[in-house]
Amino acid sequence: MLTRRDTFAIGLGASAVALLPATAFADAVDDWIAAYTGGAAMEDGGVTITAPEIAENGNTVPVSVSAEGATEIVLVATGNPTPGLGRFTFGPGSGAPMIATRIRLGRTQDVVAIAKMADGTFKTTRVEVKVTIGGCGG
Amino acid sequence: MISRREFLQASVAASALYGASGFGNWSKVAAQQSLTQDDLLRFDTFGNVSLIHVTDIHAQLKPIWFREPEFNFGVGDVRGLPPHVTGQDFLNLYNLTPGSREAYALTYQDFVALGREYGKMGGLDRIATVVKAIRADRSDAILLDGGDTWHGSMSSYLSRGQDMVNLMNLLGTEAMTSHWEWTFGTDRVMELMEQLNFPFLGQNIFDAEWDEPYEDIPSYTFFDRGGVKVAVIGQAFPYTPIANPRWMFPEFSFGIRDERMQEMVDEVRGDGADVVVVLSHNGFDVDRKMAGRVNGIDVILTGHTHDALPEPVLVGETLLIASGSHGKFVTRLDLDVRDGRMMGFRHKLIPIFSDVIAPDAEMAAAIEAERAPYKDQMEEVVGTSDSLLYRRGNFAGTWDNLICDAVMSERDVEIAMSPGVRWGASIMPGQDITREDIHNVTSMTYGQVYRTEMTGELIHTILEDVADNLFNTDPYYQQGGDMVRLGGLGYAIDISKPIGERITGLTLLRTGEALDPARSYTVGGWASVNEGTEGPMIWDLVEAHIRKLGTVSAEPNGSVTVTGQ
Repeated sequence: MLTRRDTFAIGLGASAVALLPATAFADAVDDWIAAYTGGAAMEDGGVTITAPEIAENGNTVPVSVSAEGATEIVLVATGNPTPGLGRFTFGPGSGAPMIATRIRLGRTQDVVAIAKMADGTFKTTRVEVKVTIGGCGG
Repeated sequence: MISRREFLQASVAASALYGASGFGNWSKVAAQQSLTQDDLLRFDTFGNVSLIHVTDIHAQLKPIWFREPEFNFGVGDVRGLPPHVTGQDFLNLYNLTPGSREAYALTYQDFVALGREYGKMGGLDRIATVVKAIRADRSDAILLDGGDTWHGSMSSYLSRGQDMVNLMNLLGTEAMTSHWEWTFGTDRVMELMEQLNFPFLGQNIFDAEWDEPYEDIPSYTFFDRGGVKVAVIGQAFPYTPIANPRWMFPEFSFGIRDERMQEMVDEVRGDGADVVVVLSHNGFDVDRKMAGRVNGIDVILTGHTHDALPEPVLVGETLLIASGSHGKFVTRLDLDVRDGRMMGFRHKLIPIFSDVIAPDAEMAAAIEAERAPYKDQMEEVVGTSDSLLYRRGNFAGTWDNLICDAVMSERDVEIAMSPGVRWGASIMPGQDITREDIHNVTSMTYGQVYRTEMTGELIHTILEDVADNLFNTDPYYQQGGDMVRLGGLGYAIDISKPIGERITGLTLLRTGEALDPARSYTVGGWASVNEGTEGPMIWDLVEAHIRKLGTVSAEPNGSVTVTGQ
C-alpha cells in the first residue's frame, strides 16, 4: 500500500511520463501494444495491478502497478478513446519498480499493464474496472 | 446442497476444526406447552471465548414484521448455495418443519398466518435481554455490531443517528463497522464516532485524496478474553461511495482491498492474536470469496445482504456467520481457542420472538426516552392496508408497488423507479399504517423524489447496470442490493446472461406497447446519488398518496418475468 511518503519518493525515483500517441480505437489497442513491444510475445503475470473492482469516480481512478525487475511499465486503458496512459521508466537511481497514478475511465473496461524487463522481454496483466451508474445499495 | 448432518461431518472430516450448530426445533415443545425464553436461550457454554453478533438493525428499536425473501438468486459458483435458498428449499436444507416458529422466522411462506400466530420479531429491548443473558453465562462475551445501525427509522433520521448511538452504547457494544452511517455526511459521522464507547472499525476506509488508510479510523482492535487474544478487524461496505451519494462523504474511499485485509491479518497474528475475527459489511458472497483469498481468518461475521442462516458456512477453516437484519436475530458463537488457533465452535442463531423474550426494562425505558420527542408524529395513523406490504426479494415487493404507484400518481409520470434496498419492515393485512411505518421503508438523508425525462434506451441501460450489480458472476462486482423496482414498466430478465443481454421485453404497462429506445418518457424516482436532486421527500409523497386512498391494496403485479435462475 502506497503511503504519502512513497508518493514523494516515486516522484524522485521514476522518470515519468510522456503520453504516448494513440490511434483510433478497439483494434487500435492491440496495434498500440504491438507498436510498443515491437510485436514480441508477452508473458502473462509477473505484473501486479492494484485498482478498484468498481470505480468510485470514473474521472479519477487510483491505479498502482508493480513489476519486479522491470525497467519500464506502460499502462493502457483499453476502452478509452486514447488508450495509452503513460510510460514509466526506471533507471539505476529508482527505488522499487512501482508506479501509482490516477486515470480517467470513460466506461467499464480492462486496464492493461505491460512491464519491459531488463532482458528486453515483456510481461503483462489486465484487470477489469467497472464504471457504473450506481445508486441502489442495500 | 448439504444437510445439517453432512455439514457437521464435513466440518470434522475436512479439517481439525470441530463444531456444532443448533437453531432449535421447538415445534414439539410448542405443541405441548408454550415456548419460553429459556428454550430460546438454551446454550451449553463452550470453549473459552463468546462472540455476540448483531448487524443491519436499521435503527429498528421496536418489534416489527419482516418477511424474508421469496426470491434471492445466486449466480455462477454460488447458484443454489446458502444464502441463495428460500422457502421450502430452505426448510428442506436445514430440516425445519413447515408452519413452525423456525419456518416463520427464516422463510416467507404463509407469512401472514404464521405472523398472527407467532407475533412480531426484534426490538432492541429484547436484544438487550438476550445480550445480558449471554453475559450472565460468560461475562466477557464480545458484542460486535456489523453496521447499518444508525439508519432506517424516523427517529434515527430526525435525531441524525443520535438515538442509535446512545442505545448501542447502552447495549454494551464493543466494536462496529459501517455503511449507511456515512449517509449522515462526514461531519456528523465524525461527531457521532466521538461519542461511541467503542471503536468504529474499517480496514478499507481510506483517505480519498491520499489513497491511504484514514488515520482516525482504526483497522482493528484487540480483546483479551478468557486468556485468549482476540483480534477483530473491521470491513466497511466496499461500495458505499457508489451505492450511496459520494458527495456526502467526499473525503473517503472504500473498496474491497483484500490485499490489505491479508496484511492486517498478518499484522494481528504477528502481534499475538490467537483468533482473528472479521466484522464485515461486505455482503455474504463477497465475504465467501474473500475467505478463499485471504489466509488466516477464523470467523467472518457477515452483514449487508441481510441473510439469516441457522448454521455457519465453512470456507476452508473460516466460519461465515449470517445473523439476519432488523433485529430479528442475535448470533451467539462460542469458540474453543487453544495454542493460538481456533479448535472448535458452538453456534446458535437466536430468533428474537418479541412475545417470548421479555423486554429489558432499562433498555425499554431508554428507547422510550429516545422516541419521546418524535412520538406523536411517528405514531400518527395515515391509513390502513388491506394487503401484506413487504419489500425484501430480488424483485419488487408489494411495498415497492405501492411506493411506485405513489410516485406515478403524485408526480404525474409514466414510469417510476424505486431503489432495490434490502431494508424495510412489513405491514400485515388490516394493520394501520403510521408515519413511522412509511419511514421504515423510505427513511434516508437523500429522499427527494425527482421528476425527469429519460429515453427508452437510457432506461434500458440503467436496468442492465443495476442487474449487473446483482447478478455479476464475480461477487467482487456485486453491490449487494436488489433489483431497482419499477412502476408502469414490465420486463423480462435472464439472470444467467452477461451485462447488456439480461433485460428484454420492456413494455409500458399502461398501453402494452414496447418501450421505444428513441422516445423520451417522464420518469419519477427517489434516492438519487446525484448532488442537488430536487423534489418532495418520498415519505411525504407516500403519505399523501395513502391519505387519498384511505385503505391501500397492493398485490404482486407480475410485471417482471425471471429466467436463467
